[in-house]
Amino acid sequence: MSDNKIKFTIDGKECIADEGLDLWKAAMLNGVFIPYLCHMKDVVPAGSCRICTVKVNGRPMAACTTLVTKGLEGAVVENDTPHIEEMRKMIVELLFVEGNHFCPACEKSGSCELQAMAYRYQMMVPQFSYNFPLREVDATTPKIYLDRNRCIQCKKCIRSIKDDQGRSYFAFYKRGHKLDIHIDHELAATMSAELAQLAMDGCPVGAIINKEKGFDVPIGKRKFDKEPIGTEFLNVTKE
Amino acid sequence: MSEIKNYVLEITGKCGKCPSHLMDILIAVQNKFRHIPDEAIECISKELQMSKVDVEQTASFYHFFTEEPCGKYTVYLNNSAVACMMGRDKIAATFEKEVGCKFGNVTSDGLIGLYDTACIGMNDQEPAALINGVVFTSLNDQKVKQIVSAIKAGKAVNDLVTEFDGKENAEMKSEVKNNIRKRGPVLFAEYKNGASLKKLNEMTPDQVITEVKNSNIRGRGGAGFPTGLKWDFCSKAEVKERYVLCNADEGEPGTFKDRVLLTLFPQMVFEGMVLGGYAIGSQQGVLYLRAEYTYMLPRLEKLLAEMRTKNLLGKNVAGKQGFDFDIRIQMGSGAYVCGEETALIESAEGKRGEPRNRPPYPIERGYKNKPTIINNVETLCSVVQIIDKSSAWYRTFGTQYSSGTKLLSISGDCKFPGIYEIEWGITINEVLEMCGAENAQAVQVAGPSGVCISPKQFGRKLDFEDMPTGGSIIIIGQQRDLLKDVVLNFMDFFTDESCGSCVPCRALTPVLKKKLVKIMDGKGVKGDIDELVKLGKTMKDLNRCGLGQTAANPILTTIENFREKYEAMIKEPKTDGVYAFDMAASVKESCDYAGRKVIIHN
Ligand SMILES: Cc1cc2nc3c(=O)[nH]c(=O)nc-3n(C[C@H](O)[C@H](O)[C@H](O)COP(=O)(O)O)c2cc1C
Ligand code: SF4
Ligand code: FES
Repeated sequence: MSDNKIKFTIDGKECIADEGLDLWKAAMLNGVFIPYLCHMKDVVPAGSCRICTVKVNGRPMAACTTLVTKGLEGAVVENDTPHIEEMRKMIVELLFVEGNHFCPACEKSGSCELQAMAYRYQMMVPQFSYNFPLREVDATTPKIYLDRNRCIQCKKCIRSIKDDQGRSYFAFYKRGHKLDIHIDHELAATMSAELAQLAMDGCPVGAIINKEKGFDVPIGKRKFDKEPIGTEFLNVTKE
Repeated sequence: MSEIKNYVLEITGKCGKCPSHLMDILIAVQNKFRHIPDEAIECISKELQMSKVDVEQTASFYHFFTEEPCGKYTVYLNNSAVACMMGRDKIAATFEKEVGCKFGNVTSDGLIGLYDTACIGMNDQEPAALINGVVFTSLNDQKVKQIVSAIKAGKAVNDLVTEFDGKENAEMKSEVKNNIRKRGPVLFAEYKNGASLKKLNEMTPDQVITEVKNSNIRGRGGAGFPTGLKWDFCSKAEVKERYVLCNADEGEPGTFKDRVLLTLFPQMVFEGMVLGGYAIGSQQGVLYLRAEYTYMLPRLEKLLAEMRTKNLLGKNVAGKQGFDFDIRIQMGSGAYVCGEETALIESAEGKRGEPRNRPPYPIERGYKNKPTIINNVETLCSVVQIIDKSSAWYRTFGTQYSSGTKLLSISGDCKFPGIYEIEWGITINEVLEMCGAENAQAVQVAGPSGVCISPKQFGRKLDFEDMPTGGSIIIIGQQRDLLKDVVLNFMDFFTDESCGSCVPCRALTPVLKKKLVKIMDGKGVKGDIDELVKLGKTMKDLNRCGLGQTAANPILTTIENFREKYEAMIKEPKTDGVYAFDMAASVKESCDYAGRKVIIHN
């Protein structure tokens, strides 16, 4: 990473970050939480959920795909404003009505980032009517149970789960409102247990569930049982 | 070995088993087997060493790749707003009657398939359809009957075309008309093929860039980025392997000017690419041509071959020592979003047409992740004239801040639909007079992603300061139902064409459409209109690419300019939040079951 430090503010808070970082990470290192759903560590950002949208000098940008550059020096970044938070809540609601999310029956409940976001935004009933789409479950591969009802198309599995030749286990199918996630049956037939676990852990929701064992995290120890999403970032010490 | 496998081996072999050629491979398979069979996907994935889902990811993205056989003859009838205005529904009914199956289906003998498709770039001669790549325009019942009976008799579609508008279209065996209504001073200025390239011997790349910069030309594809600046940035990139891409995707409903340029002045388009290549130091150009224009492909390929023999492509182009440049054509396969420059790049690399995140911009990392300039067909043609005649000459046209001319594609309710080369600064009133449109209800400027304006604004100007346009002008007459015939059609279009990556674009667009339909069905409440505005505005803030950012524009700009039409559909009571909903009637059935009386306390 470069030695250049860039200074800017987020909601008035003075921030300093290395040039070249993405704004989402830069914010985190400064103890500012920017909500996210599709961003993941060490993987090229997808910029697809759009929930990390902030305003940089008044211009809306996805924080995860915005780089800390010289252009950001002195910038005024807005993150926690009523307008932006309202748009983020809308995104959460859109995801809820777009798929079929029945939290009580889902193994990821309590560790699900979408659910955690819904709590964060105190979503009671989404402002939109439910689509109740018909989505097929693919339970035909040995290690993974792919429940498309819960998929939020964040692309995390597509981007991160590859075999040793770089081939994808997961891919999109179709486009627009017909978009779906597919798993490669041939590759998945020999998928290692570790990789399957990685896929399940990476999935922000409960769309990728490992077979042969289930509900092994007891209530009380789930990711968001103790603290709401984002808390872990608030007291990060600067690197 | 099966026929499918054999064929896949042959074509994957031809392109060196390179995944970047996946589009070409899938196009070949679709054409031959009339769908992409599972066996082909399997075999392609093996040959290209990709996972099968990865191949499927590309195959399932594009409109013209089908999972099921789409008929030996496949009719794609345009269902864009203007096609419908010109009688598309009646033509569709005739097709269904003559063919014997409904749209979205194939006849039981597998002979003919009937499908809808978005704007095919023939708005000046609708209703129009593509049948196995051949365009049939100005369809009427008689013509449909003839086409269907000829097909049933086993004739090749190509042979059904017998009338040609000029020698260029005859060379393509195409009945498409050019409909040139106004020849302007730049694109239609006299030009001798090859002249601009001769200048390379007197000019350095920097001088070419300076000349383009001095002309003040801005991109003609819609976004309006200064062309000279783009070339300048790219020429200064660190990486030396660079590319020139020409955007001939022309997907914005209502534009068809690139079609005409590629028909009348194809060499100018290619020369523009060569100039770009010289300016930025590139050796390879790619013209991305939309699938709807496949009928042009043989003629364009032939021209490229001729240019190679005339040394206008290849080694030491036009005698300029050390400047090597060649061009290939990449076909698309039906996706509006692939007109977006980074989606186009993805598609040209054989992937699903999903726009990339920026930065990095294509000038830094574009095609094959190398520095790339991408320009519209019309931009490149204009640059050829600029280099041939000078930037000072070019600047004499248009206005101070919007130099030069613009090709307008005018369609809809007017006497003379077609192509007009105008100088920037012309008013909508002048446009209407020019094309013989009387008493227009509205004008859609710059296509569905642009604005719908009312007569009050017909004094506004077309230029970069007031209303920029990629050229689509759709005239909407008084007889039209603006919301149903135009706004709803456009919302359907955006819903279908979203790549699906961004949540708001994918999920909010259908919600907006649903709300619009609710209002149109007389079930709306007053609050719904403001709700549409509030939700629609978030699209601009939240989405990655221009498609999602503008997908609410049909609704937003008509609410802004025709709010009374929305309000007229709201039933009483028109007060905020009070639903025009009959509680007593709605609970009657359940009350009957429960044996209770309906009592509503207000
Ligand atoms: C959804 C979408 C579709 C587009 N379609 C086209 C198109 O068909 N042709 C085109 O030239 N530009 C299109 N553009 C604009 C291109 O992204 C790009 O700006 C243009 O090709 C650059 O060339 P220019 O500077 O010469 O205009 C589209 C943009 C978006 C967002
Ligand atoms: S805005 Fe729509 S079309 Fe553009 S990248 Fe996002 S989802 Fe795809
Ligand atoms: S986290 Fe940035 S777009 Fe999803």
